[in-house]
Amino acid sequence: MEIIRFLDDNGKPLKDPPFEAEELIEGYKALRRARFFDEKALILQRQGKLGVFPPIRGQEAAQVGATLALRPTDWAVPSYRESGVALTHGLPLTHLILYWRAHPAGWRFPDEVRLLPFYIPIATQIPQAVGLAHAAQYHGEDWVVAVFIGDGGTSEGDFHEGLNFASVFNAPVLFVVQNNGWAISVPTSRQMKVPHVALRAQGYGIPGVVVDGNDLIAVWHTAREAAHRARNGEGPTLIEAMTYRIAPHTTSDDPKRYRDEKEAEAWLRKEPVKRMQNALKHLGLWDEERERALLEELEAEFQAALEEADRTPEPEPWEIVEHVYAERTPDLDRAWKALGGPA
Amino acid sequence: MSTKTQPATRTLNLVQAVNEALDLALEQDPRVLVFGEDVGRMGGVFRATDNLQAKHGEHRVFDTPLAESGIVGFGIGLALAGLRPVAEIQFAGFLYPALDQILSHLGRMRHRTRGRYSIPMVIRAPYGGGVHTPEQHADSPEAILAHVPGVKVVIPSSPERAKGLLLAAIEDPDPVFFLEAIKLYRSVKAEVPQGYYTLPLGKARVVREGQDASLFCYGGMVEVCLKAAEVAAREGVALEVVDLETLVPLDTQTIVESVAKTGRAVVVYEAMRTQGFGAEVAARLAEEAVDYLEAPVVRVAGWDAPYPPFSAVEHHYRPDARRVLEAVRHVLTY
Ligand SMILES: Cc1ncc(C[n+]2csc(CCOP(=O)(O)OP(=O)(O)O)c2C)c(N)n1
Repeated sequence: MEIIRFLDDNGKPLKDPPFEAEELIEGYKALRRARFFDEKALILQRQGKLGVFPPIRGQEAAQVGATLALRPTDWAVPSYRESGVALTHGLPLTHLILYWRAHPAGWRFPDEVRLLPFYIPIATQIPQAVGLAHAAQYHGEDWVVAVFIGDGGTSEGDFHEGLNFASVFNAPVLFVVQNNGWAISVPTSRQMKVPHVALRAQGYGIPGVVVDGNDLIAVWHTAREAAHRARNGEGPTLIEAMTYRIAPHTTSDDPKRYRDEKEAEAWLRKEPVKRMQNALKHLGLWDEERERALLEELEAEFQAALEEADRTPEPEPWEIVEHVYAERTPDLDRAWKALGGPA
Repeated sequence: MSTKTQPATRTLNLVQAVNEALDLALEQDPRVLVFGEDVGRMGGVFRATDNLQAKHGEHRVFDTPLAESGIVGFGIGLALAGLRPVAEIQFAGFLYPALDQILSHLGRMRHRTRGRYSIPMVIRAPYGGGVHTPEQHADSPEAILAHVPGVKVVIPSSPERAKGLLLAAIEDPDPVFFLEAIKLYRSVKAEVPQGYYTLPLGKARVVREGQDASLFCYGGMVEVCLKAAEVAAREGVALEVVDLETLVPLDTQTIVESVAKTGRAVVVYEAMRTQGFGAEVAARLAEEAVDYLEAPVVRVAGWDAPYPPFSAVEHHYRPDARRVLEAVRHVLTY
């Protein structure tokens, strides 16, 4: 299948980007911000200030590019790894930090951010995203839903049920698959016998496209086109972003056990942040001075969020039995009292 | 010109009562959507959704692809967007492909988003035996569902209860499993009030009063227990029959009060005995009513085997009045 690209491996534009200069700069900032958080999160995890964390290094363009194509009224439905999606779609940094600290305060995302919680079981969010998208049609509104999944996740039944529902109901959904080559230790070749996840779209009668997932402009443009089609009532699209996660699966994984590190080094040469930065430089939109200023801004933002997270009081024991039902049942009321919950 | 006033009630069977409730819910609330396999033109395999599509349109009542996990997941998505999905699963024994959606998300969404999202979804499914269905069409998975945090489980035993409870389930802000005993769909008829009404979830009710022993039951077993009580009455034994009706949240108070009066308890359910819902009732009585008990709590249930598809032996599996009375004799003579 043809792979959609706008940049060469070094970031040199192959054709005119279909975005305004200001947009390109904002896009790069979002990309750099996702990388910045990822680097900081790893440090916090090693200091014991964050739980197990799934890094995204290498996949930022796939996540950020697809999310940039969304409007605030559109929904993003993430897997556990989608911190780039969450940040780009408006989740405050403090929430993200608290989420990975498993603090209840981080588990309730702000009402105005149309982002569902991170889904831990693989692929279970797919049929839900389709239901959510169908609701847009029911309400007669033009928002779309972007749902994110890995290549391994496309082996799950829910992925297939979701695609089928979406095609039958013509639901406005973008299925964004980040094909990063691995599902923990299992390579894509052990997930499927077809060379591309996007080919699976044919089985459901919907368009499937393959895009260079390390090319921010390509992912962004492809997702914007798909969102446009969905908004116009033309139904779902399956987007396969070819990428690679240079970082391990999670902070408790050791990829040396199954992966040749030369593979990661090869991908490092076309990693998405440097590539987009080079693209902007080629277009005369960026320089080292601006980069330094951006990093200072990001550092200040991160420190402020971290301090806010650190100031958040420890959760109370009775919070574990809160929000099970709209009203406490007699059994939960008993648990509430046993845990010292206020009357 | 004479104007006839509408009668206050009409005789309906349980499946008609369910149909009427769905019709009223669709009429009353534009957020309600009814969907599942064959629920549209066909009106559902038991006709519970008969005529609803013709009346309310294909965008309110529609057929889905044949995929239970898809149906439940799709409904969760609709609920996330503020709709009130009412899904039909063709038989409760086919809920299993959707257990992942049920366990991972349906009951957990409110908790894992700290109250931001609730899933006000109703999942209706026919359950239970007694009508000679093929393999896997007679399962009673209520205990599996009752073990899922964050969901409610309701099992009506009569048409008028079914109508009011289903409307309450649809209004409820939390996900509700609404299991309908296949055996009762057409076998019981009753006077059902006209118009829209709800009955509270979370309440057990005494359907027959008695002093000698309590029978705890729900759904298809209520009929069986009432029959047993009838027979016992002829022998001078007054059995109290308590219809649990809502398994989650369970009305422990009514259960304990009944045993405080009778001192003896038999729990009747048609799922397999081990880890069935009756085990929960027995455990609560052990915890909270031991001072009143004059005999051990006895369970009458299916055997620890799959429900038999062979109609000739089905009645050996599904509890009947005879087995209930044997258990009653045991608790009375202990
Ligand atoms: C249903 C389910 N099975 C297993 C797991 C454990 N698990 C977590 S991530 C993962 C691999 C996922 O691979 P992929 O979908 O390619 O996404 P990636 O992690 O590479 O982004 C597995 C098996 C899980 N979270 N959910």
